[in-house]
Amino acid sequence: MRLRLKAGEGGGLTLAFVGPLVVYVIAFLVLPTLMLLAEAFSGKHGLTLKYVAALGQGQTVIAFRNSLVLSALAALVGVIAGGIAAYLVLRPGMPRGVRSLVTSFSAVAANFAGVPLAFAFIATLGSLGIITVWLKSAGVDLYGMGFSLYSLPGLVLVYAYFQIPLMIIVFTPALEALRLEWREAAENLGASAFDYWRHVGLPILLPSLLSAFILLFGNAFSAYATPYALTSGIVALVPVEISNVLSGNVMISQQTGAALALGMIVVMVGVMGVYALAARRIGRWGRR
Amino acid sequence: MKGAAGRLLPEAWLGLLFLYFFVPLLATGAFSLWEGGSRYGFAAYVALFHQPKLWQSLFLSVRLAVETILLGLIVLVPAVFWLNLRVPRLRPVFDFISVLPFVVPPIALVAGMTALYTGPDWLVGTPNYLVIPYVILALPYTYRALDLGMRVLDLRTMTEASQSLGAGWGTLIFRVVVPNLTTALVGAALLTIAIVMGEFTFANILLFNTFAVYINYVGQTSATQASALTLLSFLITWLAMLGVLVSGRGGRSVQIGGAR
Repeated sequence: MRLRLKAGEGGGLTLAFVGPLVVYVIAFLVLPTLMLLAEAFSGKHGLTLKYVAALGQGQTVIAFRNSLVLSALAALVGVIAGGIAAYLVLRPGMPRGVRSLVTSFSAVAANFAGVPLAFAFIATLGSLGIITVWLKSAGVDLYGMGFSLYSLPGLVLVYAYFQIPLMIIVFTPALEALRLEWREAAENLGASAFDYWRHVGLPILLPSLLSAFILLFGNAFSAYATPYALTSGIVALVPVEISNVLSGNVMISQQTGAALALGMIVVMVGVMGVYALAARRIGRWGRR
Repeated sequence: MKGAAGRLLPEAWLGLLFLYFFVPLLATGAFSLWEGGSRYGFAAYVALFHQPKLWQSLFLSVRLAVETILLGLIVLVPAVFWLNLRVPRLRPVFDFISVLPFVVPPIALVAGMTALYTGPDWLVGTPNYLVIPYVILALPYTYRALDLGMRVLDLRTMTEASQSLGAGWGTLIFRVVVPNLTTALVGAALLTIAIVMGEFTFANILLFNTFAVYINYVGQTSATQASALTLLSFLITWLAMLGVLVSGRGGRSVQIGGAR
């Protein structure tokens, strides 16, 4: 039997088993990306930097700035609100039922996004949403006070609906890895709760917090369906701009669209790079 | 140091989050029952029930989900099997491939695909074309679920035993390995369903009438019907994720990108 196994040791079998996956990923992920690269840099007469340079102008700068600001804010809100929630839920006094409820609801809410999420918030806090109308009859005019769901702050509010649960999911293991002994040791040495967090807890959690922030940033940055259904172009965002180019809604050349998409990929490459670096540092405290 | 306020603060924080997460669902539910003025009822649901387009889009999305699961497994099962049995040194390469879909946002991928593939018509002209990018979207989750499932199997013994009984590679994979992977496969399949049922980017750009595109279309004309569909969509996500948690795998699976 050994013999037969050995007979297949050559590269031929590896090619047969792994080849389809590699070919698939190359054909439908790598080549389309390279195509964007080629398109973004080619004009009528060969190579050109015109379209990539156009990223630095007017509308596209606004779109990139909006996308980056939105993603950073949505990531920050997710990290803080979700991080505190994860910590509170994991505290010793918390009933087990609450914990599993939060875990399972997080799994659902982190996956509930896009068009339905946008509509849920329009029904709640849109200009005719139930809460908006209810508050108005109680004398609080949200939209009169300058709030709008169809704005950058409004988008942050909606994104939090999938960012906070995502934070709870990715951050819980890091919190679970904080060992009780560390806290006890600190307390025996006379540390207050503040001292413990300042000198022990937070420094250990820092790489996890950073990697969670990066993950949430990337998550918000590539979101398309939610802002599309919510703002229908009121707020200029890179994904929505690309979709406008692809549907021929605006007088922007296809090459500019490719340059925009390429810009998104560059940002995401940076995001995943930092994420990988942060993940490497987490390993230092995780092992027992 | 800890006063009454200090003890109440955690409860207040969790209570606030509870409101944030449940009020939109309640409001959507209330909105879907609104019939104008102060009348409430199931008019929106009844109207939707008689919409053939709703059923068509729902069935299309379900069909695409099933096709995505099948194609994804056909591409991934042999590769992950071989990785675990024979070429563990390639693991970093596989891990790298599995995070690539995160690096290319769906909107960028659809731009690249439309630029690169303009034919043949029997492929790009039918909704089935969507299955190709959907497999890419589901790849990280399917890969992780399969890898976790196979790591705990004694693949070497299984291979030697079945080959000594005269089984070929096909029999080995589909009649020995796959039946041992039920939990992992269920987890991967349910996550894929959650992704495909909510996927909007590709379907909207490529102009195919899937469930999410239909919800958006209804939202342009009837807010109450859109609310009803939103609840239905939440229910589908809820059922799929409940299945993932119950099946015990991938409960910590993190979805980024996807249907956002």
